[in-house]
Amino acid sequence: MSEELMPDKNGRFGIYGGRYVAETLVPALEELSDQYELIKKDNKFIEEFRSDLAHYVGRPSPLYFAKRWTELLGGAKIYLKREDLNHTGAHKINNTVGQILLAKHMGKKRIIAETGAGQHGVATASVAARHGLECIVYMGEEDIKRQSLNVFRIKLLGAKVVGVSSGTSTLKDAMNEAMRDWVTNVDDTYYIIGSVAGPHPYPQIVRDFNAVVGEEVLEQSQIEIGKDPDVLVACVGGGSNAMGLFYPFIEKKNVRLVGVEAGGLGLSTGKHAAPLNDGKQGVLHGMRTYLMQDESGQVTETHSVSAGLDYPGVGPEHAWLKDIGRAEYVTADDEQALEAFKELTRVEGIMPALETAHGIAHVKELAPTMNKDQSIVVNVSGRGDKDINTVASIEGIEL
Amino acid sequence: MSSRIKEIFSRVKTENRKALINYIVSGDPNIETTLDIMNAMVEEGVDIIELGVPFSDPMAEGVSIQKGHERALENGTSLRDTFKLVEKFRETNIETAIVFMGYMNTFESLGAQEFMIEADKVGLDGILIVDMPPEESSDFTKYAEERSIDIIRLIAPTTSSARSKIICSQASGYIYYISVKGITGAGNLDAEDVKINVKELKQHTNLPIAIGFGIKDSASASSVKEVADGIVVGSVFVDLIGEGGDILKKVKDKTKELSEALS
Repeated sequence: MSEELMPDKNGRFGIYGGRYVAETLVPALEELSDQYELIKKDNKFIEEFRSDLAHYVGRPSPLYFAKRWTELLGGAKIYLKREDLNHTGAHKINNTVGQILLAKHMGKKRIIAETGAGQHGVATASVAARHGLECIVYMGEEDIKRQSLNVFRIKLLGAKVVGVSSGTSTLKDAMNEAMRDWVTNVDDTYYIIGSVAGPHPYPQIVRDFNAVVGEEVLEQSQIEIGKDPDVLVACVGGGSNAMGLFYPFIEKKNVRLVGVEAGGLGLSTGKHAAPLNDGKQGVLHGMRTYLMQDESGQVTETHSVSAGLDYPGVGPEHAWLKDIGRAEYVTADDEQALEAFKELTRVEGIMPALETAHGIAHVKELAPTMNKDQSIVVNVSGRGDKDINTVASIEGIEL
Repeated sequence: MSSRIKEIFSRVKTENRKALINYIVSGDPNIETTLDIMNAMVEEGVDIIELGVPFSDPMAEGVSIQKGHERALENGTSLRDTFKLVEKFRETNIETAIVFMGYMNTFESLGAQEFMIEADKVGLDGILIVDMPPEESSDFTKYAEERSIDIIRLIAPTTSSARSKIICSQASGYIYYISVKGITGAGNLDAEDVKINVKELKQHTNLPIAIGFGIKDSASASSVKEVADGIVVGSVFVDLIGEGGDILKKVKDKTKELSEALS
């Protein structure tokens, strides 16, 4: 089967994906699929999307050679894909720029979103403000505490933040609540999901709108490196920045794809957010995928220092890429991520988001094992300003 | 089709009334009390009991039923406990039908085949997996048919006529018509809309049609009963259980109010 055709017409990546939702939402998802299939071939839409990526987001983002860091690690050449330089500070804006155009095309007046670290909330609130649409962002109470800066940004952008205190009060519960809102207001509301997760067609839509990252790397690596990179590395929570980077390379079998999950306090402690490494197949949020769950099928609490990776599931395409062996999935724990956060900041003057720092942490291990004529591209999915409070409090510093 | 569900609907028809279907969460507030609640409901005329199987992420539920799931999970109630509950209930009751209502991930934790073997053994009559639309249901459908366990299907106000036909052709037991666009316990029931939609739905199926979501008292039950074969009431019971106090009396009074409204 050609990988280009994924997902299949039922929204499946192998056995993963699908559309496991209550009946009320099935017709809405069918309509979304139909509209998306039409719009993605529409030249006017493609032009508008590209123009927004250039002038509103600031694309293309640079592929930056991390010279000092490469020398420090003493192995493969390391290139940073600078998604942190995008407007609003992360890759999340790529998807929201695309989906808001789709929402407008479908005549929807009200935008809802879930957010963990707050980056998707900020990105959604920004495009909603720009298009003059009402916007409601669901966010776990726990994350509201960890990411107060982004909460305030979302409010300044004119969106409403709704705290979610059910379950574990994190990203997964915010997504449950956004789904409940959508099912109640399905006629006039568009739900902008922020990751390559959820029921079909979301994993496909979010992947396609983020694929610009990998497409740029395809071209930039010919210029900057002179050939394809040997390895692509990206952190994986739901998996949108990784999918965006990986997707255009799936058929390039000479390029290794490595996703880095949140190891939390360590895989062996069970306190982590690494379903691809230590979870099993299940169904949550409308998709079949790898899940953190107990024997009775209850979704278990996750742990990660980064709110954006603190999610018990993962995009179904990652589950499939793991099973067919096309991509590898490893972990970096909280401590490694914090160390990597500091190292990149001091050596390159680039402060990554704590989510991104998990990918950076793996590069620290991987690069020294590779030759100097080899190269790694790591996706700097977001910038670290939002995490200052978290890092300070871990160090016992009061700001 | 499960003989029990079939018999219930033909019996209520000859009695010229509508079936009362009550929903509660298994293990809320604990599994022993759930058994007492079931028996109390039977005394006051419930016909079918939908037992919610507790899940950590009950996406289609409003706040009331979410809290019921949380209370049941706090005391560790699992799918296996819920099967045992039915086994115990069947020691004294073979008339009231029992349907499990819940989410795919907990049902799958046992595997579709083992689930249906167990269901058959304890005397379960049907299942309603909220996040299992017809497109995603192959295994459960296959093993349910082998053992005459009904697969109750949802139809929503958003479901097109063409899609309704397909869903009806795959359903058994009864059709659960979701009366509002929304989550359980929603407050925006529009009886006139429901009547129009259910009348249309009846052209696609001979199965009984139960109406649920947003029905909480005799007035709301009466407002839609003329087009229904059964009425599902859930959130209000879960709220009463959550309040505490003399739960059994509260549940009995509410069941009585509803069953009288449907007579």
